[in-house]
Amino acid sequence: MLRYFIKKIQSLALSLLVASLVIFVAVEVVPGDPASFMLGINAQPETIAALREQLGLNVSLWERYFTWLTGMLQGDFGTSYTYRTPVAEMIQDRMVISLPLAVYALVLSTLIAFPAGILAATKRGSATDTSVMGVTQLGIAIPNFWFAMLMVVVFAINLRWFSAGGFPRGGWGDSFADYMAAMKALTLPAIALALPQASILARVMRSSLLDTLTEDYIRTARAKGLSKRQTLWRHALRNALIPVLTIIGLQFAFLLAGGIIIEKIFFLPGLGQLIFQAITQRDLIVVESVVMLLVFAVIIVNFTVDLAYGLADPRLRSGK
Amino acid sequence: MKQYFRSAALTTAVLLAGGVSLAHADSVTVGLQLEPPHLDPTSAAAGAIDQVVYSNVFEGLTRFYGDGSVNPGLAKSWQVSDDGLVWTFNLQEGVKFHDGTSFEASDVVFSLDRARAEESTNAQKALFSTIASVEAIDDQTVQITLSEKNGNLLFNLAWGDAVIVAPESIENIKTNPIGTGAFKFADWVQGDAITLERNAQYWGTPAHLEGATFKFISEPSAALNAMMAGDLDAFMGFPAPENLALFEADPRFNVLVGSTEGETILSTNNKMPPFDDVRVRKALAHAIDRQAIIDGAMFGYGTPIGTHFAPHNPDYVDQTANSDYNPEKARALLAEAGLGDGFTTTLKLPPPSYARRGGEIIAAQLRDVGIETEITNLEWAQWLEEVFRGKDYGLTIVSHTEPFDIGIYARPDYYFQYENADFQELIAELGAVSEPEKRSELIAAAQKTLSDDYVNGYLFQLAMLSVADSRLEGLWVNAPTQASDLTSVRWMK
Repeated sequence: MLRYFIKKIQSLALSLLVASLVIFVAVEVVPGDPASFMLGINAQPETIAALREQLGLNVSLWERYFTWLTGMLQGDFGTSYTYRTPVAEMIQDRMVISLPLAVYALVLSTLIAFPAGILAATKRGSATDTSVMGVTQLGIAIPNFWFAMLMVVVFAINLRWFSAGGFPRGGWGDSFADYMAAMKALTLPAIALALPQASILARVMRSSLLDTLTEDYIRTARAKGLSKRQTLWRHALRNALIPVLTIIGLQFAFLLAGGIIIEKIFFLPGLGQLIFQAITQRDLIVVESVVMLLVFAVIIVNFTVDLAYGLADPRLRSGK
Repeated sequence: MKQYFRSAALTTAVLLAGGVSLAHADSVTVGLQLEPPHLDPTSAAAGAIDQVVYSNVFEGLTRFYGDGSVNPGLAKSWQVSDDGLVWTFNLQEGVKFHDGTSFEASDVVFSLDRARAEESTNAQKALFSTIASVEAIDDQTVQITLSEKNGNLLFNLAWGDAVIVAPESIENIKTNPIGTGAFKFADWVQGDAITLERNAQYWGTPAHLEGATFKFISEPSAALNAMMAGDLDAFMGFPAPENLALFEADPRFNVLVGSTEGETILSTNNKMPPFDDVRVRKALAHAIDRQAIIDGAMFGYGTPIGTHFAPHNPDYVDQTANSDYNPEKARALLAEAGLGDGFTTTLKLPPPSYARRGGEIIAAQLRDVGIETEITNLEWAQWLEEVFRGKDYGLTIVSHTEPFDIGIYARPDYYFQYENADFQELIAELGAVSEPEKRSELIAAAQKTLSDDYVNGYLFQLAMLSVADSRLEGLWVNAPTQASDLTSVRWMK
């Protein structure tokens, strides 16, 4: 197990190094100079040169890469070109919104998907199954930004139950009321994000469960005298969960960064908006650092899943 | 039943209480499309910075009013020497910066020297190019000596790039701006909102509002929703003209339609064949139906222009007839230039909707006279690199938003690459003249020259479109500079 672990750590480090290089090069080769962008069309060339020097843009590409890389190893992501604040601080501020939003959406999607998927699988071919399949088909087909706008029109503009967007100034605050206000602000966005995810997850749940329900060991369990329900909960569900958990892992990584459009519709100052803004402003160091962080998150999730597989399946440990 | 009544009464009471706070008689939440990158107006071009801090937080020696006029600011009066080279400014007394330090002549010297310095990162450094020296005569008097006469000095000093900052607070100005204005900077949640609060020690007429929040909403549909849901009290520079009819029909809102300093033009690469031939540029001008572009791209908002000058300026000369819509004439001119079979060029479009929507319409109009365009959509940073600096383009559409910027045509290395010695002389002369009649004459001549040379396709003056709660008064309708001056805004009783 230790050797398996060390091998995985090595490949993790290598992936991160390669990712950092790819991200850096990809971002830097795109045309557009941050200093000219900031100073606009009336700036004199020497002013732009002065700002480039101030921002540390006048050194070679490789020098900048190594400064960035060594900085990151020490937990220092550098300073944003446009905002002139530490990138780490900016990411932290945005994470306070994006992370809870992703978790919220994931919890909602799981709460919807599990019962729906289990119900559809156990009542295969029934009207319930058909309607679950129909509704989830619709959930996948409906673009989530459209659904988000629809919810804003209904719940914010007509019913006035929610704000049209935004996040409370006090953030998560320290009182229960502040916390509830923050949760309320994330509710419509979380629903919009969760809908397509729940639909996919419910379908995966259903088909995975249907597969396990036809396995030999289920028949054995039934033959031993377990009721249908007991078989489902003790044997079928547990085995059906493996592909479902894999999907959940992938969805979480997607939700963390993939909420850009939803963040824009609800004008939430999250990670997605930060990347978007940084790209248009050519705030290269922010783009590089945030993308790197997301890559790190995805790699860590995969790494954990790999380790879990290793625990679950001894054959994977030997590395054959 | 009793229970029901009690809860109904309670609900009503809560709603009424809520209603009172909804009227929030002493603060406003104003929506803006773009968030400033930082808050130092003297070291970036971003109009979004001025949108928040101009006149609210920072003040200059002179200042713009909403009608575009230049008025005394931190300088209460001034005298100019007979040769026009020495300007003496008398400063307001009893002015304090928001950090409690007092405003003195040395702060003016510091601010102007900082903007002029070699290592300065002032985006409009050219504004200060005629200043030879700035000296403090005493605490309340500043003397500016010019190297040559400059009729625009007072106007230049009113720009957001020329506001007065203090040496004590300069280090953190980007995140904690300390000015002399009627509002103090309070808080910034990046990506979300900036809050200002009233400056109780303000030297002039204090602001009516106790506080103001600028909220940044980039997505046009989100801006519409936020206004409709009552999350915002006003939106300055509303990004979706197509939705203004909704607000006009709703008694809760006022739609403010004003003018900006933005001449929206079909910029033409004057050095790139065939645009180096004035007949081709003239053909271009006659091929364009301005009203169709205003209607199609801006939903009717915008004033047609025939030269590079703002129509609301008293010195404006209407040259639109010189380039009226006449496709036959355009075709004839192309034939005369030996391009009877037409030609193909590039049309590179930056992100704003006036460019993207306008570009499609112009492409269709040009196709009608035989000019094919290859449209490329660019982000601003790419546009600056490729078009503005690289001059690698045939045509592009941009709104030039700086006030009184006709002088850019005197710069042969500017991206239009227009070179005309007579015009350069006109502008040089204009800089040295301060008599109003003579100035008007020169400005008119400059406008006519640009129109007769068909340097660019002159489309329309960009409208300033804002939406506000109908009980709010005192907002700027026009945008003589990019600003949301809240100093005289208040809720009507």
